[in-house]
Amino acid sequence: MKVLYFAWLKAKLQMNEETVPWSKELGDTDSLVRWMKSRGPAFAEVFSDLEVVRIAVNQEYITGNVTLSENDEVAFFPPVTGG
Amino acid sequence: MIRVQRDIFDVGKEIDGLTRGRTDIGAIVSFIGLVRDFNDGAEVTGLSLEHYPGMTEKELEKIEKEARERWELQESLIIHRHGDMSLGEPIVLVITASPHRKDAFEAAHFLMDWLKTKAPFWKREMNADGQENWVKEREGDLMAANRWSSKTNERS
Repeated sequence: MKVLYFAWLKAKLQMNEETVPWSKELGDTDSLVRWMKSRGPAFAEVFSDLEVVRIAVNQEYITGNVTLSENDEVAFFPPVTGG
Repeated sequence: MIRVQRDIFDVGKEIDGLTRGRTDIGAIVSFIGLVRDFNDGAEVTGLSLEHYPGMTEKELEKIEKEARERWELQESLIIHRHGDMSLGEPIVLVITASPHRKDAFEAAHFLMDWLKTKAPFWKREMNADGQENWVKEREGDLMAANRWSSKTNERS
């Protein structure tokens, strides 16, 4: 899976993109977020308040838990502030 | 039509491009958002906009499609810039064209309210101390966008 980070998430994680191998344990967005929180202090901080993290799968906003597959693009970013 | 670009736009040229050779358009509304020198009471010296290439275009297209379903629009254009911008520069342009002013006014208002809460752009402000801050979401923007979700605002 391709995982993308934007805005302050990208800055705090010092990473804009990575590939995360798909597995049954990371088969949905809830599991992926749980795993993210366990990856170290920076990740734990970024994913500590999910009220300020938006999730998109294949460039569409999602709410709730969504099943993931190997070729999915998952993006994590803050509430948008354009315009 | 939607465009995501780094370059500054010229509203006169864009309106001309939409209306040239046409005599059926009765009303044009344009909105331009500018980089201003203050936010939440603090001085701002510059702005940088990040976006999500691919998803940005998709979201803007969805918002435009929604507007064209809800109002009688003959033309519509959204241009949103990304990258570094100086004070006073334009950030976003919305143009709507309709036979009568009501549809053009309402659709332009709707397009701006919805793009502010849906299109994946993020503003980073620079201040006089050389500090940079990610702009926070505004409650007022969410309320403005939600207003258009109400059935009473939909065209019958």
